[in-house]
Amino acid sequence: MNLNGEALKSKFLNGSLGLTLISIALGFLLGAIILLVAGFNPLEAYWVILKGIFSRSKYVSYVIIYATPLIITGLSVAFAMRTGLFNIGAEGQYIIGAIMAAAAGYFFKLPLILHVTVAVGLAIIAAAVWGGLAGYIKARFGVHEVISTIMLNWVALYLSNFVVTLKAFGSQGTGKTYAIQSTARINLLSDWKISEAGIEFIRSHKILGDVLKTPINIGFIFAILLAVLVWYILNKTTLGYELRAVGFNPHAAEAGGINVKKSMVISMLFSGGLAGAAGAFQVLGVSHRIAKLAAMEGYGFDGIAVSLIGNNTGAGSVFAGLLFGALKYGGSKIQDAMQAPTEVINIMIGTIILFVAMPKLIRLILTILERRAKN
Amino acid sequence: MEAIIKDIGFIIGTTLMYSTPLIFTSLGGVITERSGVVNIGLEGMMFFGAFVGATVAYYSHSPWLGFVCAGLGGALLGLIHAIACVSFAAEQIVSGIAINFLGSGLGLFLSRLFFDGATQTLTIPKKIPLPISFLFGEGKLFKSSGFMDLVFNRFATVYLAFFLVAVVWFVLYKTKIGMRVQAVGEHPEAADTLGISVYRIRYGAVMTSGFFAGLGGAAMSIAVVSRFSNTLISGHGFIALAAMIFGKWKPQGAMLACLLFGGAKGVEIYLGAKGFPVPSSLLAMLPYILTIIVLVGVVGKTTPPAAIGRIFDKSGK
Amino acid sequence: MHVTTIDFSQKVVEMIDVVKKFGDFVANDRISLTVHKGEVHSLLGENGAGKTTLVNCLYGLYRPTHGRICIKGQEVEINDPNAAIQHGIGMVHQHFMLVEPFTVTQNIILGRETTKMMGILDMAAAEKKVAEISDRYGLAINPRDKIEDISVGSQQRVEILKALYRGAEILILDEPTAVLTPQEIQELIAIIRNLTQEGKSIIIITHKLHEIKQVADYCTIIRRGKFIDTVEVSKVTQQDLASMMVGREVSFSVEKKDQQKGEQILAIQDLMVEDNRGIVAVNGLNLALYKGEILGIAGVDGNGQSELVEALTGLRKVAKGTITLHGREITGSNPNEVINKWNIRTIPEDRQKRGLVMEFDVAENLILETYHDTPFSKHGVLNREKIYAYADHCTVDFDIRPTNPYLAAKSLSGGNQQKVIIAREVSNDPEVLIASQPTRGLDVGAIEYVHTALVNQRDRGKAVLLISFDLDEVMNVSDRIAVIFEGKIVGIVDAKGVDENEVGLMMAGGTR
Repeated sequence: MNLNGEALKSKFLNGSLGLTLISIALGFLLGAIILLVAGFNPLEAYWVILKGIFSRSKYVSYVIIYATPLIITGLSVAFAMRTGLFNIGAEGQYIIGAIMAAAAGYFFKLPLILHVTVAVGLAIIAAAVWGGLAGYIKARFGVHEVISTIMLNWVALYLSNFVVTLKAFGSQGTGKTYAIQSTARINLLSDWKISEAGIEFIRSHKILGDVLKTPINIGFIFAILLAVLVWYILNKTTLGYELRAVGFNPHAAEAGGINVKKSMVISMLFSGGLAGAAGAFQVLGVSHRIAKLAAMEGYGFDGIAVSLIGNNTGAGSVFAGLLFGALKYGGSKIQDAMQAPTEVINIMIGTIILFVAMPKLIRLILTILERRAKN
Repeated sequence: MEAIIKDIGFIIGTTLMYSTPLIFTSLGGVITERSGVVNIGLEGMMFFGAFVGATVAYYSHSPWLGFVCAGLGGALLGLIHAIACVSFAAEQIVSGIAINFLGSGLGLFLSRLFFDGATQTLTIPKKIPLPISFLFGEGKLFKSSGFMDLVFNRFATVYLAFFLVAVVWFVLYKTKIGMRVQAVGEHPEAADTLGISVYRIRYGAVMTSGFFAGLGGAAMSIAVVSRFSNTLISGHGFIALAAMIFGKWKPQGAMLACLLFGGAKGVEIYLGAKGFPVPSSLLAMLPYILTIIVLVGVVGKTTPPAAIGRIFDKSGK
Repeated sequence: MHVTTIDFSQKVVEMIDVVKKFGDFVANDRISLTVHKGEVHSLLGENGAGKTTLVNCLYGLYRPTHGRICIKGQEVEINDPNAAIQHGIGMVHQHFMLVEPFTVTQNIILGRETTKMMGILDMAAAEKKVAEISDRYGLAINPRDKIEDISVGSQQRVEILKALYRGAEILILDEPTAVLTPQEIQELIAIIRNLTQEGKSIIIITHKLHEIKQVADYCTIIRRGKFIDTVEVSKVTQQDLASMMVGREVSFSVEKKDQQKGEQILAIQDLMVEDNRGIVAVNGLNLALYKGEILGIAGVDGNGQSELVEALTGLRKVAKGTITLHGREITGSNPNEVINKWNIRTIPEDRQKRGLVMEFDVAENLILETYHDTPFSKHGVLNREKIYAYADHCTVDFDIRPTNPYLAAKSLSGGNQQKVIIAREVSNDPEVLIASQPTRGLDVGAIEYVHTALVNQRDRGKAVLLISFDLDEVMNVSDRIAVIFEGKIVGIVDAKGVDENEVGLMMAGGTR
């Protein structure tokens, strides 16, 4: 019995799930140390974050809403990563998706389900092209996707800002586009919420009513579905097999007859499309328009963190996305509550990623701890 | 005629100003990648350096002290990257991404602490001086706003950047340590069998690159603008990385590439000032599209140092 | 043999009961070795016996777990190559430790640079010294050449020069002849004689028995990490050495019955292929392959073999010339077409790079070329049941150990990894099987297995193209032998009754 326990513990701690959890724990530890050094009480800060996430159902709802785009951009980066590509361009692909969704949502007039489908579909296609472009430049010209996608991020940002100034699309002087049609929105019960019956319901039902006050939408459901789709494609299909082979060893894949260049482009198409979907769902479910941006919003970059922490898998992206969303949302509250800078969350995230990248260090720490425990 | 010369002077001057932070950072990139370590964390190092530089300059009233401290701040992040990649065989691109999060997180965190919850510093009373004006007095040597003035009456950091390019070139190609750095980047096993400490050289290279990137950040916050804000760096670290690739991992090449990008920015500002009828956002795209086009034309024919990104592991001996 | 240069009164190297463990694995199990001044001492053993590990301990790349090392009578601790160099030990590695874009001089002075003040390099002084040493030992090296531009033989001489530059008295040569032509081997033997005459001592690792007979005074045999014996070379035969190395009677030839050559199946005409640097590697090559035969291509590494195989398998562009299969032209096919349309299968030269996806398990590797066929997948969806059932069959049929198809390829030994590749390539009954360095890095048992598999193919009337740098292997396994030199086939002979010297001459560019 003892032997089994030992083996299980060793497998868990050495497996990637164990290492990820330990990295997360270490991230929290470092965050606590930094807060302490800066003169704040880390336990108080962590309590504020915890309360900020769980104490009201409204908060939980916000966490889910906030996590939705992060999960999907995480899937985007994870997908590319499995083919051995670093898609730092999820940010730009997200923006392209958002532009398309806002435009299709505003300019077209279609019945609900069709409108949403068209808007999301166009967003995915446009963003897929944006990603596929980087994939093509890599396959054909050997330009590293890290650089090309970063450049394309900037082009997308300025394109978005330009589009907002167009008279037909943007309300002049406000820096925002006109809102999308109601038939393009994916919010739940948005009309009923403001009706008399709805207001009455909200008043009388504490928990559910609280949730209804937030812009709940079906984006989260789509995020889960996309995660399942990504898992299925990568593990169950011949396409996924090809992409994984190329990701692990492009030389062997090529020698085996797989078209490596085509695989790279296809991977970036999927990856771009996913990031575009994230942007689309955000527009259709939360913002309902796009606005002039001084800087990139960061969903794409955060998706990189989500993917890395989630070990580049579908399920991992969901959990890491929720974790990330919770931390960012809850973390924003410590600024007001105790003047502790919310960026401690960024430091924690950076630390977690760093430890996730160094399995050797964690194994070293574990063996040292084990040795101490034995003595 | 005189107006055209003045305009050219303006563009050259602006180019020099915007290229300078890129040159510092790009030189950092050259050094680390030549030693075989990929460093996409240059962005985070630049960000953190910009913050440290501005803050120290503000509180100490000495821009030069701020400048040096900015370098040290960048070197600190470089140390973290080195520990992860060199000692613990981390995946280098992932570590670089972590550094970016850490650099921006740490910078903004401290900014809020030192500047009352704000994500930007207050205006620095004293910027990096302009040597020409300093030495000769305003408008004495060159006519104010004349061609010579626009081109040469620049911040000291500009001169320093070009000087540094020459220094890095010399050290890399003409000295013992430079040859060892190159060897470690091309064939670390060979260097190892000859008794050279690959670990030590890579640590040194990565920390130096952090130092340079920090200087690059400060060149923005203490010279070009005179404060730090969270949108100040916004991707310049990555442009510096692209410049390094474009410059074929050579210091002089990187410098020329940075001038190119600085030039694109200079033209963009000039056209904006002149009321060129193209919307500013489209003009702003120029440097980035240019980068892609240039890389497409150039990269296939260039080769990075042979051992780049490959983990060198001496453990188990 | 030769007039002895050995000074028996001076023991320059003594390794006493050296043990080296990596975790639980014992690579060296109490090995003792003594070398006198002016002696050539060879270290003999199969792949993986522990020879390189032992000399790495001497050179400071490893630290022995137990045991003592004495240099010139004094016990020493050698913690790193610097210390080894201090004690006068120099090493020429099997895989050259040269920085390709650097010049000869830069490589030689690396780590020991001649400098003017402040660390500035003094290349002129260095070049002068390099030229001096080169002349003294007859090494014929130009200090200004770039490593990537000179021949393999010259590169090896640069490595020797590197050691001499640092004042090496004791030189360790690790498999130095693996990459040389027969001519260059003779040149190296002459250089070794020069060195011993000047009082240097040489430790040479090799598994080439006739070379040991030619150049070594004494030989220490190691088998599976254990010390077997130290013998005086002039007093033993090659057969004796082989038996001690392997531990049983060794048959030097491969069991093979006569086979009639069938019709021509593959024809290569005037093939021209460039290497990565745009230099012509295959230069007007003509060759014909017949059913029911093993055609071996003999040649020293670097004469176009790799590029030829890559052109045949679709991994490299063909600049000029044609490849025809059954009379039909297939030049310029991509790897997918070569494998699936033309049924030409390959055992690649580098199994870890081209042959296997190390992170995939055995089953996933087995279907690398066939995953899109039924029954392994349908409409783009994989059928795991069928895939793993197939893998179970293969592990039994091809003796892949362990038999668990869920194990990652990287956890298998080299021999078993090669078996996975063979299983995959041979299962689909290929018309043509190309085997490129198929036994590299394998132990004797695995080598026998591979040769048997090749002979099987040939016995079933298929065509086999064998490319190997090991002349012995080519001579033992092939029916016909073609010699490649500078990108051309310079001679074709029947393997029966072939004269090794004739082949060696062709390999070096001489004519019959």
